[in-house]
Amino acid sequence: MADVAFLALSVITIGSAIAALEMRSLIYGSIALMGTLGGVAGFFFLLDAPFVALFQIAVYVGSIAVLILFTVMLVKRELIFKKIEDRRRKFAGIGLMLIVMVSLGAVFLDSGIKTITTDEPQVNFRDIGTDFVTYYWPALILMGLILAGSVTGALVLARREDVENERTS
Amino acid sequence: MSELVDFTLVSVALLGIGIYGLAVKRNFIRMLFAVEIIINAANLNLVAFGRFLPHSGGQTLALFSIAIAAAEVAVGLSLIIVAYRMYQNVDIADFRSLKG
Repeated sequence: MADVAFLALSVITIGSAIAALEMRSLIYGSIALMGTLGGVAGFFFLLDAPFVALFQIAVYVGSIAVLILFTVMLVKRELIFKKIEDRRRKFAGIGLMLIVMVSLGAVFLDSGIKTITTDEPQVNFRDIGTDFVTYYWPALILMGLILAGSVTGALVLARREDVENERTS
Repeated sequence: MSELVDFTLVSVALLGIGIYGLAVKRNFIRMLFAVEIIINAANLNLVAFGRFLPHSGGQTLALFSIAIAAAEVAVGLSLIIVAYRMYQNVDIADFRSLKG
């Protein structure tokens, strides 16, 4: 049965996920998104995966959320508080959400994973390191290249040539 | 300790909220929030199944997924900045010049 920490974490995670999408201000929305990401990190702690949890906190809460906050601050003030959506789409979206939740939830509750429990010890994080440098080493190198390429691409995209030309001339 | 089905149900809830956000919101930044929520639901499933099998592959794949999501957010945010500079707006209904 679910314990108290699990229930509290799921309330925080799901509640702040809804708040991130529904808050009027984008700044509060991105702070609520931080709550969701931190809640998922808490779930990783509950699942005996402290390495992934700390990685999640460092990458998501530490950098991605701050990046999003800075992007929101670059946008005009009235756009931050303006909600762009129409009513009919909203009801259709809520219907779609309920269909997904109910159907997938019913499938999970009916399936055999309801009976899966484990008494086995947690995965040692040394195994993760061994995985990374033995079986997954090409993927690790590829991931580094993808990260470098995407950061370079982001810098090239966000560059302003008109401002640079003004400065040099 | 909680059971596997609890974690999958939380993940389904996060997935539903993310799909709602992608379907309803027309603000580019909010849609990026929704994508982040969906990615986190997937990561939660990976780690949960990896814990209950038990196998280290789940955590390894979750780490890869987090790193790739970081790259995706960097590119997405710079696309937002470029689009905002061109249209002075973040409404995706306005970004129609590539739509034909």
